[in-house]
Amino acid sequence: MTHSTIGDLLLQNGVSRRAFLKYCTAMASLMALPPSMGRALAETLRAARRPSVIYLSFQECTGCAESLTRAFSPSVESLLFNVISLDYQDTLMAAAGHRAEEARAQAMKDNDGEYLVIVDGAIPTADGGVYGMAAGRTYLDVMQEVGKGAAAIICLGTCSSFGGIPMAKPNPTGARPVSEIISGKPIVNISGCPPVPEVITGTLFQYVSMGKLPELDELGRPKVFFGNSIHDRCYRRPFYDEGKFAKTFDDEGARNGWCLYELGCKGPTTYNACATVKWNGGTSFPIESGHGCIGCSEPEFWDKGSFYAPLSSAAFGKAGNVSPREAAKLVGAAAVVGGAIGLGAAAVSRQRQQKLAGAAPDKKEG
Amino acid sequence: MDLLTFARGPALQFALVVFTIGVAWRIAGIALLRSGKLLSEPRAPLVKALLAGLATTGSRSWPHPEFIGRTGAGEAIGYSYHIGLFIVVLAFAPHIQTWAGFLGFDWPALPSGVITIISVITFALLLAVLFRRLTHRVLRLLSNFDDYFSWFITTLVIVTGLMATAHFGGRYETLLGLHVLSFDVLLLWFPLGKLMHAFYIFPSRAINGYLLARKGAPS
Repeated sequence: MTHSTIGDLLLQNGVSRRAFLKYCTAMASLMALPPSMGRALAETLRAARRPSVIYLSFQECTGCAESLTRAFSPSVESLLFNVISLDYQDTLMAAAGHRAEEARAQAMKDNDGEYLVIVDGAIPTADGGVYGMAAGRTYLDVMQEVGKGAAAIICLGTCSSFGGIPMAKPNPTGARPVSEIISGKPIVNISGCPPVPEVITGTLFQYVSMGKLPELDELGRPKVFFGNSIHDRCYRRPFYDEGKFAKTFDDEGARNGWCLYELGCKGPTTYNACATVKWNGGTSFPIESGHGCIGCSEPEFWDKGSFYAPLSSAAFGKAGNVSPREAAKLVGAAAVVGGAIGLGAAAVSRQRQQKLAGAAPDKKEG
Repeated sequence: MDLLTFARGPALQFALVVFTIGVAWRIAGIALLRSGKLLSEPRAPLVKALLAGLATTGSRSWPHPEFIGRTGAGEAIGYSYHIGLFIVVLAFAPHIQTWAGFLGFDWPALPSGVITIISVITFALLLAVLFRRLTHRVLRLLSNFDDYFSWFITTLVIVTGLMATAHFGGRYETLLGLHVLSFDVLLLWFPLGKLMHAFYIFPSRAINGYLLARKGAPS
């Protein structure tokens, strides 16, 4: 199926030129390109061959695949799935068992060095990788084999990008992100738990239409989607600047839509497109629904303390963020230790003072 | 563990412990020293002398009229940046949340824009006091590493805070990590150097005032 062009396929499916141009213009806008690029993208895309895509699911919850399939129908996202050849995805594909594995092997053979690999989930490495297996092989083994012939690897979600929840402490399975398993291949991290559907499709679209991967930030994420923090693009930002904060999830401030910083929002240190692209067809995003950002698109987000502790609170203590009782105990104990040392120092000084006073009898001290 | 988590986690915990031990050590070490016995007849009753001591904390906080021309500007700048620091530390929402984590309660914040303006003014005043220290011959001769490092670490906290707010010079979380880390260093340095004046200044003025009043020379 990968040998027909996207244009041929669209004609077969009865997609009109107008609908296709509209779609390309929307995708150009999503990628922060000028609207005039829509026509150029359409021409390139029409003549392009559908790339073979092998979608591997490892230590994951299928939330990323759910996110991908939650694209509104009929939508631009579903159209994009007509322009790639999804040759292996164990949740969505009709084949099962050894036939599914054969389909993957065939796709790898036919498109060696040209296929795209999408990875969903972290990869367990402890004890030879036995904590994650499919078809009698470890995920680690499959990843290494499939990664060898890939043109590029797209990590879908925080688990494959940064290890995510499987890699959270104590990480009993030795979970690792793809970037720690595969080297020498272009890797794009589309983090998020799950990632925004349009970010996934936008990245794929750019690869198919422009023949290259998008510009990445230092964490390997497409800059066009991960260039700004949630906080900087949040509609509640003006309230932060005014010093107006919700104190609880149901107080007047919360009802007025004030900033959720004091309720633990991690928007200032989280980079994603949630505040701009939003979810569910642009309906809303978590902060708009009244809950602070939990920072799910950042590395180690699960181990960075409570989701409900303000970002500026001290990050030590049993619950990850210090409580007043713990702080009092710590400071009290340190003060006792310091006071005892001071007492000892004063005793030594007093002895010295006494000696000096003894040496000068006319200068008595009390 | 990333820089920010390290800075506001184990580094802050360690710095807080060192700060508390150091401050308690120095205060106890001084408070428990022998005090000189008053050999003369008390010129003022005890309560009056104590009140005079309290009054001295205020009267000694501004130069004598005779010296105001020479030192007034320097003192005004000094007070101004201290006030600026207090406002930024106590009235910026994220800082209040840091306090609230320790104290269990919070208070209203000033708008971020106001805090930014005050921070910039405070930074400018800190530059002014450094300029004065470097250009004033006597001050320069009196200054040592303690003075310059205390100035440096205080200014670094302000500068990294401003950089984090403006997203200038790096990613926000990195700058915020550096900001908190510089504050951790300030806490570590605090009991070792002249920053301890925060604890000494008013008690020492009060004790001086009390002693002078008992000797018949209220100040």
